[in-house]
Amino acid sequence: MAHTDANANGHTKHEHHPALQHHFHSMAQQLEASVLGMWVFLVTEVMFFGGLFMAYILYRNLYPAAWLAGSHELNELLGGVNTVVLIVSSLTMALAVRAAQVGSRIGQIVNLILTIIFGTIFLVVKYFEYAAKFEHHLVPGAHFDPTRDPAQQLYFSLYFMMTGIHALHMVVGIAVLLIMLRKAWKGHFSAEYFAPVEVSGLYWHFVDIVWIFLFPLLYLIGKHH
Amino acid sequence: MNQAVNEPNSYLDAPHGIASWLLTKDHKRIAILYLISITVFFIIGALFAASIRVELMTPEGDLFSADLYNKVFTLHGVVMIFFFLIPSIPATLGNFLVPIMCGAKDLAFPKINLMSWYLYLIGATMTLMAVFLGGVDTGWTFYTPYSSMASNTNVTIAALGVFIAGFSSILTGFNFIVTIHRMRAPGLTWFRMPLFLWANYATSLVMILGTPVVAITILLVGAERALGFAIFDPRMGGDPVLFQHLFWFYSHPAVYIMILPGMGVISELVAAVSRKQIFGYSFVAYSSLAIAIIGFLVWGHHMFVSSQSIYAGLVFSIITMIVAVPSAVKTFNWTATLYKGSITWDSPTYWVIGFMGLFLIGGLTGLFLGAMGLDVHLHDTYFVVAHFHYIMVGGGVMAFLGGIHFWWPKMTGRMYPEVAGKIAAVLVFVGFNLTFFPQFVLGYLGMPRRYHAYPEEFQILNVLSTSGAAVLGAGYLLIVIYLVASLFKPRNAPANPWGATGLEWDIPSPPITANFATDPIVTEDAYNYVGRARKAGEK
Repeated sequence: MAHTDANANGHTKHEHHPALQHHFHSMAQQLEASVLGMWVFLVTEVMFFGGLFMAYILYRNLYPAAWLAGSHELNELLGGVNTVVLIVSSLTMALAVRAAQVGSRIGQIVNLILTIIFGTIFLVVKYFEYAAKFEHHLVPGAHFDPTRDPAQQLYFSLYFMMTGIHALHMVVGIAVLLIMLRKAWKGHFSAEYFAPVEVSGLYWHFVDIVWIFLFPLLYLIGKHH
Repeated sequence: MNQAVNEPNSYLDAPHGIASWLLTKDHKRIAILYLISITVFFIIGALFAASIRVELMTPEGDLFSADLYNKVFTLHGVVMIFFFLIPSIPATLGNFLVPIMCGAKDLAFPKINLMSWYLYLIGATMTLMAVFLGGVDTGWTFYTPYSSMASNTNVTIAALGVFIAGFSSILTGFNFIVTIHRMRAPGLTWFRMPLFLWANYATSLVMILGTPVVAITILLVGAERALGFAIFDPRMGGDPVLFQHLFWFYSHPAVYIMILPGMGVISELVAAVSRKQIFGYSFVAYSSLAIAIIGFLVWGHHMFVSSQSIYAGLVFSIITMIVAVPSAVKTFNWTATLYKGSITWDSPTYWVIGFMGLFLIGGLTGLFLGAMGLDVHLHDTYFVVAHFHYIMVGGGVMAFLGGIHFWWPKMTGRMYPEVAGKIAAVLVFVGFNLTFFPQFVLGYLGMPRRYHAYPEEFQILNVLSTSGAAVLGAGYLLIVIYLVASLFKPRNAPANPWGATGLEWDIPSPPITANFATDPIVTEDAYNYVGRARKAGEK
């Protein structure tokens, strides 16, 4: 409102970008705020997963045998495939951000679609892994295989909490990228305004990195020979 | 009210209607929304407190059964901590003042700011639902294995409410950090910032680093209860003490979420009432950061008797002594600021003096409890209850009320009756001491916390405490009455009723929606009272 008033009064200052919110002075300030905001948010995410990793460290030290036995029940091939899928998705995500920065609409669309596809592949594979755990009575609770060491329930509880919360973050990430795809399709982003794609990318890379830690910690125990 | 047509409207007038408030993105309106909601929860929490004090008038457990008493003190703690104290200063005064003190039009993420209020409401409503479904009896700490395995009360829904409210706290901290980093006016360097900004910055660090940890911890308890997972379950080899570590990793720093913003308020008020630059500005600023950082390393002092090793206990005990240093730095510097100041005896001054007295007692008794040997004797007694009430109510609430009295004219455009303000401050101070000082003695004599009955020899002190609570309640009630009454009077507050420095006092009361008609430029240090007085004298 203030801007239109100013223009009506003949103060033709430099044109404001339509995406500039009223409380920022410039697009540069708005971008800086968005990027810092995402980093701060990712710090909270690190602390959130940090609690789970603390529990993991404690119990793995207390029950190394249960951890070894639990890890052998996981399918490291599927886990490995998912790791590769996520790393490639990070590449396409980075390319999408780059495409937004140089204002290439096609580049954004193609790379965002690829990233979404990779993310979906990850979740589908995860679904089959989870289904197998249910079949083999490895889900903690009343139906857990009673012949197993109870400490393995700790392992599988943490397995499901860690990978489950990670998968939830993937779902959120895919939803965010779908919104970005819609905006990219409509040509919202340009070399002046690409902050949403950039911060979505930061989030995607973070979720990716969490998996890079989860995969060896959960799947590869005792697999070094 | 009939202002000239060309002047922009104040934020209170701008658009009318319920929707314009419930969908507002204006940080000032969100602050008001928060102020109303936390006041409601303060009253709910206070009713629980009053019930506790009435039960404890007599040695027999005659008002409540033991089970019901467990629920009453649990809900008192949960409501007061998560739905009043943690949001109190940051979400109200902080939301209102942080952008203005930065010289900005709004917080960096106004929509997220509004979302934080809705998350708070959802969390608070869920916890209230737990009350109506029959209550929770775990204590506000939700200790496992009782909370995860034994308690058959509404732990899951209450904990979920706390979990959701946690995100509102995270989002507030997140917004403050980005705003203070990226949106300060030209000339407003870090060391020209008002100390209220420093304090809220430090608080925000604690919010974003600590809250996620308690969030995941609560989620794990929820997974145990709802899904049958095994995390803290000793039957599967799980360790209930792990819960305590994760819980206190947040909940000790959370004490600083409750007191640091109060210290920021007091720094503003001390300078304003003594008409001086704050003594040792940079020390006070850095001490906020020091408290935030060291505060993360002392959680084990809540666990001296929970099977923690004696060496861990020693280290936590020593670090606890160290975290007292930056708090002492602040207290000494406030005192030095008052020294030879031109102290004005307006009502905010009463709150400042009251805060300093109560915080001093709260802080020093914290050292008693931090000393491991003494803590074994005092652990889980009324000494602990008295100590943390001196910090959170004596410190936190006194500072909150002081801040409300100081900035009320700015927020509402109205003055309240000065005499009533002074009487209320005295009532609260006297009532508070009468309520909680006897509890130090009770604790020292060995009365345990969380019981509805006690041996007869403790009755006199308990009756004293309950009568003090009545005085305290009268003080709070008086404040609500005259502040609400002031709203029905015409706007009479000048832009700067206290003659204070700071960007918020250079704009009208109440401010316009955009805060500043023209973007401010800062050319002087904070609290330049002496410089301004000299300039005024030359004219």
